[in-house]
Amino acid sequence: MSSSDVALLAHLMRRAGFGATRTELEELAERGYEAVVEDLVNPERFPDIEDDVLKRYYPNLRSWESISTFGGAWMYRMINTRRPLQEKMALFWHHVFATAWHKNEFVPAVVEQIDTFRGNGLGYFDRILLDLSRDPAMIDWLDNQENHNGAINENYGRELLELFSMGVGNYTETDIKEASRAFTGWTFEQPIPLYPYGHYPTRFVYRPDDHDDGEKTFLGHTGRFNGQDIIAIIVRQPATARFICRHLYNFFVADEPQVPAWQTVPPQDPEAMAMLTEAFAASGGDIRSVMRVLLNSDFFKQARYRKVKSPIEYVVGTARLAGDQRFPEPGLLNLVDAAAVMGQWVLNPPTVEGWHTGKEWIDGGTLSERVNFAADLMSDTSRPGVREVVEGVCNHGSPRGPVSPQDFVDRCLDGIGALEVNADTRAALLRHAESGGGLDTGEGNGESADQVADMLRLIVSSMEYQFA
Amino acid sequence: MAANGKPPVLVVLQLTGGNDFMNSVVPYNSPVYYDARQGLAIAQDDVLPIDGELGFHPNLAALKDLYDDGTVAIVQGVGYQNSSRSHFRAMDIMHTCEPEIVGTEGWVGRATRQLDPERESVLTTVNIGRGMPRALACPGVPITSVGDLDSYGLMSGISAIEQRSQALTRFQEMYAPAIGSGPVSDYIARTGLDVIKGAELLKVAPAAYQSRVTYADNSIAQSLRDVARVHLAGLGTRIFYAQHGGYDTHAIQNPTHPRLLSELSGAIRDFFQDLRDHDADEEVAMLVFTEFGRRMRGNGSGTDHGSGGGAFIIGKNVNGGLYCEYPSLNPNDWLNGEDLKHTVDFRSVYSVMLEKWMGMDPADIVGGSYEQFQPFKQAGAPAAVPA
Repeated sequence: MSSSDVALLAHLMRRAGFGATRTELEELAERGYEAVVEDLVNPERFPDIEDDVLKRYYPNLRSWESISTFGGAWMYRMINTRRPLQEKMALFWHHVFATAWHKNEFVPAVVEQIDTFRGNGLGYFDRILLDLSRDPAMIDWLDNQENHNGAINENYGRELLELFSMGVGNYTETDIKEASRAFTGWTFEQPIPLYPYGHYPTRFVYRPDDHDDGEKTFLGHTGRFNGQDIIAIIVRQPATARFICRHLYNFFVADEPQVPAWQTVPPQDPEAMAMLTEAFAASGGDIRSVMRVLLNSDFFKQARYRKVKSPIEYVVGTARLAGDQRFPEPGLLNLVDAAAVMGQWVLNPPTVEGWHTGKEWIDGGTLSERVNFAADLMSDTSRPGVREVVEGVCNHGSPRGPVSPQDFVDRCLDGIGALEVNADTRAALLRHAESGGGLDTGEGNGESADQVADMLRLIVSSMEYQFA
Repeated sequence: MAANGKPPVLVVLQLTGGNDFMNSVVPYNSPVYYDARQGLAIAQDDVLPIDGELGFHPNLAALKDLYDDGTVAIVQGVGYQNSSRSHFRAMDIMHTCEPEIVGTEGWVGRATRQLDPERESVLTTVNIGRGMPRALACPGVPITSVGDLDSYGLMSGISAIEQRSQALTRFQEMYAPAIGSGPVSDYIARTGLDVIKGAELLKVAPAAYQSRVTYADNSIAQSLRDVARVHLAGLGTRIFYAQHGGYDTHAIQNPTHPRLLSELSGAIRDFFQDLRDHDADEEVAMLVFTEFGRRMRGNGSGTDHGSGGGAFIIGKNVNGGLYCEYPSLNPNDWLNGEDLKHTVDFRSVYSVMLEKWMGMDPADIVGGSYEQFQPFKQAGAPAAVPA
């Protein structure tokens, strides 16, 4: 297969998953792009991850003691899953429906919310919103347990319309109040108290006696609406298709401005948006259908390196490449911390608005953390993934011996998963290859592994590596 | 200029998690306090009295010494309307001065822009610690964020000096051409090159530093030591930012909170001692703040998120004493029946530091004009002429 096929699949796997090693790309390229997309959007074709092993190494996974452990367990899944898009969708909805444990006195509910996204993330949007509205972590996060018949709390009703479906400008304050009335009585069972018992999950409960069953008028429709009726109306709004598709574009295709600007700044690619919203409408809000169109589109294929990697993508992708955590080993929780100091604390977004993405991930501090994290990991030849790359570079199907600087650089770029770089970056790497006196993979040269590792360190420090 | 002819310097010290102000500056004559804080209250005999009503927590003895020297201003009842109980939201508000919307610019970032509009130095503001608080974020304003001063910079994993320097050269060769190539890559390239520039300048600080002060082996002491080392290197830094974490004392508040206070006050004492030894304390003022106070009543083991916290302003030019009012302990005045009500807006405190100490115009930085008080004997700089 051609190297351009491999580069395209590398792009696909960075976006629809958490990157792929050179060996994995080889296998995927055999299947062909469209077949791989079908596999991605049908995750149930592959077995779910077996996390029994993980539970054995981290027994407190079940005792709800440490939020970092949950974050680590999720990152372990991202690294090892055979259903990468399922995990990526869970991360996508975590961005959109940003719920943090920091306000929460029953932290495990936040973890269960992610389990829900894993289950429904490629499903129909009305189901996703219904599950979200019944999610104890979300109910607590936006105070819907304080939303009572006769005394509404608008927090959930407002964000449901503003941040979770249509976006500002597509409804009135009255619509917010009416939606809030419809969600009265949607609450959760009082959990076991945090003090002194610790963190326990809880369950959704609907209390008809606290539900406002009166007539409501919402977006021009009138009836004795309950929450699910409101969701059914929301999902049919063209604004909902536009808003969710713009989120998908921003997360999977290319960085858009931050959500509050969407009201005033039009999408950068109106034709792409038209394709996505049409797929959304035609399928009745089936996210799987929209993702199939998105991943097969030309605009997606042409959008390489047009997104700044989020810290989670960056950390998980690099750990994956280095062959870290393919089996539970010490250091899993370091990955959570690493992403946190880069600005993204998993399961703990700063506000309901979620993380600010794109170039806002980068400042002097976070860029240093990113570069040093990847440089240290990918230059460590004790890591199995790094060893694999070194082996690939040294035994490149040609006899061992001196390798030209050009070949040296190209093999390394190819070896870490077909990274494409611009001419300036390549020139700098080439100078580095030349200054080191060239690579000699001949027998008896014990330094070649270090030379390759040194080159890998520079490659993952490049600007291109900051992008997905 | 400070009296010694040097430009004024501000050290912002953030106590992360919500410091329990009531257990820091204790209302030791209030039956309400002892009733609300059963099991957590500081016994009258243990308090270090300031006056007949208030006293320092015993573990703040070092701070009390500075207070007795007249160099500590206690700002009582710092907060804002509709205080958020979420740490992150509350800290966001404190960082951006935006209580209504989610802001992206921090007040220290904006202050840095005012101090150095032409981006002449990447060291005008230096953050000590991993992860940069939003207070310092401001598009286009270079801020240097130092995790560990001794190994600061890119490629810090390479121990061989020559190899590291070569890697940094390659890094510059890869990033520099992207300047002007497009908004995102231009920004990332500048950021990367600024990091290298900052690290290059900061290299001298550990080498030049000599001191007879032995800082304790805890994070805040080591952070303040880094502040001292950079300040004493004379690199032109005007604002330092450091954090002390762990104040979220929901559970087992004893012994956590007393340990934190002890670390904090020891670190502050050592820091000012160090500066004094080097005749470099005249130009430095420190602001110690937190995102909120704790709930009036304990929860049995600790205290939950509340409001109405407090701040300290420390330095040689500070006119020590109590400022603003202690939040009312009368249960009828409690917010929502359970929280201390703030008596001074946090933006007033920032304005005081910016205008009265740094000689800057605070209105654009904190988003408006807020009432000020005067905690300084002598301003660090002449006040800005209002436009």
